[in-house]
Amino acid sequence: MSEGPPPLLRAEGLVKTHHGEGAPAHAVRGVDLCVSRGEFVAVTGPSGAGKSTLLHLLGGLQRPDAGRIWLDGERTDSYTEARWAVERRKRIGIVFQFFNLVSNLSVADNVELPALLAGVPPKQARAGREELLAELGLTGKERSMPGELSGGEQQRVALARALVNHPPLLLADEPAGSLDSKGTREVMRLLTRFHQRGQTIVLVTHDARLASAADRVISFFDGRIVDDAELDGTPSRRGGTSGVLELKD
Amino acid sequence: MRLPLLALLARGPAHGYELKQDLELLLGSAYPQPNVGQIYVTLGRLEKSGLIEGEEVEQSSRPNKKIYHLTDAGREALHAWYEETEDEPRVRDEFFMKLALAPQTGLADQIALINKQRRQYLNTMRSLSKLAAAEDRDNRIAHLLIEGAMLHLQADLDWLERCQEELEELE
Repeated sequence: MSEGPPPLLRAEGLVKTHHGEGAPAHAVRGVDLCVSRGEFVAVTGPSGAGKSTLLHLLGGLQRPDAGRIWLDGERTDSYTEARWAVERRKRIGIVFQFFNLVSNLSVADNVELPALLAGVPPKQARAGREELLAELGLTGKERSMPGELSGGEQQRVALARALVNHPPLLLADEPAGSLDSKGTREVMRLLTRFHQRGQTIVLVTHDARLASAADRVISFFDGRIVDDAELDGTPSRRGGTSGVLELKD
Repeated sequence: MRLPLLALLARGPAHGYELKQDLELLLGSAYPQPNVGQIYVTLGRLEKSGLIEGEEVEQSSRPNKKIYHLTDAGREALHAWYEETEDEPRVRDEFFMKLALAPQTGLADQIALINKQRRQYLNTMRSLSKLAAAEDRDNRIAHLLIEGAMLHLQADLDWLERCQEELEELE
């Protein structure tokens, strides 16, 4: 169809309806999406808009009622749960709002586990873990248990775990949703840094400050994409960037 | 800029260029670089209204400079400034008028207006993020200024979301 490599992630006509008690909830209602290698895309919208469901579909954590997903040009329709689990170890890293660390494993083990499961030799897994923890400012916390860490630290461990196998795609579901503003800034800084090194990121957040770290923002409402904007960071009308803040008189 | 200049002079006498530098240092890159001409004009007005007094100081190799100090009236004006609370930044909103009147005019679609405005806010947010990243980490005042602007924008964006929710239901 087109020249060049296929998009890292492509979705077409995604639909997901939750059937719980009461009326069915139309979480995702026909979503087409294309994410190129190296892009940093934020999906924003009010809570309940279905953006987390969308992310879960993209990571194979839930299956769509209709529509298709391609990873690096490859159709995923026939993927089994087991196959998705492998993809989530190798090609897709995920971080969640509540970190989802294994509470009875040390920080080091939490990070090394996905590498070992992916068949990485233990020595190499340890080296990878050490490098990432140092990078994320967590050296010295290897023996700590997740419960002994602050929220911000736990999210950094989760980020290390998600990235230890160098997945081409990182999915982040409200990664700062349970952090204070300092933790939020930290997550923002780290996502920006990994992106600058070429990491492809899809981030779901209701926090516009976090979303503004991305170079493309998708507005998601009521299960649908209502706007898809490239951010160029061009300041608003009134004179240079410094004109963003004005003193009166 | 009248009152910030008075406030800087509360600390002690200074000349115009010093005041410009002090403001820049305090507020960082988030603040539009004050124009030195504008500062001299404001100082002239403050002097005329008796809030400050200037004193010419001779300089051997350069033109004379004028050192200003606060008068009692100036100090009183400053007290009054601190006594008052300030208006909320958003009591009147041009965008809201556009949005509210769009259906009557038939000239613009409300959802399209919201999307356009959101892009603008997001771009401004991105500029602010970059500004914050570039600003000296230790300049707390500058960082607070930027953070304040970001929180206002966040509120504006939340409110756009609310508009979109309400208005889409009507469609």
